[in-house]
Amino acid sequence: MLIVGMGGTLATLTFMSLVMVLLKRLFPYKGEEEGK
Amino acid sequence: MQEAIINGLSGLAAGTLNLQWSNLVMIGIGLMLLYLGIKKGFEPLLLVPIGFGAILVNIPLAGLMDEHGFLRIIYDAGVITELFPLLIFIGIGAMTDFGPVLENPYTFLLGAAGQFGIFLTLILALLLGFEAMDAVTIGIIGACDGPTVIYVASQYAPHLLGPVSVAAYSYMSLVPLLQPPIMKALTTEKERIIIMKAGRKSVSRTTKILFPIVITILGGLIAPMGLPLLGTIMLGNLMRESGAVARLTKAAENEIASVVTLLLGISIGATMSGPVFVQSKTLIILALGLLAICLDTVCGVLFGKLLCVITKGKVNPLIGAAGISAFPMSARVVQKEGFKYNRKNYLLMHAMGANAGGQIGSVMAAAVMLSVLKAMGVI
Repeated sequence: MLIVGMGGTLATLTFMSLVMVLLKRLFPYKGEEEGK
Repeated sequence: MQEAIINGLSGLAAGTLNLQWSNLVMIGIGLMLLYLGIKKGFEPLLLVPIGFGAILVNIPLAGLMDEHGFLRIIYDAGVITELFPLLIFIGIGAMTDFGPVLENPYTFLLGAAGQFGIFLTLILALLLGFEAMDAVTIGIIGACDGPTVIYVASQYAPHLLGPVSVAAYSYMSLVPLLQPPIMKALTTEKERIIIMKAGRKSVSRTTKILFPIVITILGGLIAPMGLPLLGTIMLGNLMRESGAVARLTKAAENEIASVVTLLLGISIGATMSGPVFVQSKTLIILALGLLAICLDTVCGVLFGKLLCVITKGKVNPLIGAAGISAFPMSARVVQKEGFKYNRKNYLLMHAMGANAGGQIGSVMAAAVMLSVLKAMGVI
């Protein structure tokens, strides 16, 4: 359970961080336009 | 006539005569919580209602936690139904800016490592002879996240709600004392002075709006048992980032959060009745909770050291300590400690990323644990 629990949490959050990177690539920050 | 007077006076003495030593101990603990909240400023929003609730429930014959007692009604309506922690989570989501973790997605991993104490403590509790659900509830103190602890306890071990909640909130307020010695012991002088550059703003509004939606769907599919926790925090965050429902956001982070915090606090205090709370088991639970949070910090800092090696010295391992969910306290601790060792170092934004990651990490750790246990047939 220790392995599945810790490994599962780490794997899930790794996956989520990759999704975040993907989101940032798909919808990049456009500088001043964002402030409008 | 004389007998009637004596009977009447005995009625006035009945409360005192029924007072047990355990009630007195709990009234003392209630007073101590009030002192910590009012005088020392440790989590006053919770410790004050919890402390007062503990005093109320330990006054004999008042029946506040009997079937129709007002504390019982509040407890049944909001804690047993898990409603209060979930409403609090909407408020937390509305208050939390996940921007720092989106700026540096790798800090999410520190938020995962900062939850490993949960699992290590769970195993330790099982080895000490606690039943499976009690061990799960004790381990979750390591989430260092009050609503998550209350949610899990109310669902799987309601009899432990008092001790685990008090442990979670007390230790959260003690983070500035607990973490620095561990951070210093596990890092070298060379590591502590590593300067991390402040990143440029790189997250678009669209990303910030999509983040809570995508995380809810993915997290829910991976660990459905934790969806109530994840869904509510992400709903609050979506309301915040979309800007479309400013009134609801304001209500969630102010009025709703305040009212629910009061009711939640007094309900937790109401579970701290002397005969139930004053047991050797409670002391073991408090000790295990403390260990869980220390282990979280150890794992977070060690993971930070690993990232330091992988990135060839670009990551200051101190930020790993912010992987626990005590938001934003542990990020402030990291900033303070980093600045203490290097006056040119500003770790706050990186630490806030790890800390925000820890917010989601604690929820995901609880969700993963519950989903794994359900699959194993334990719950």
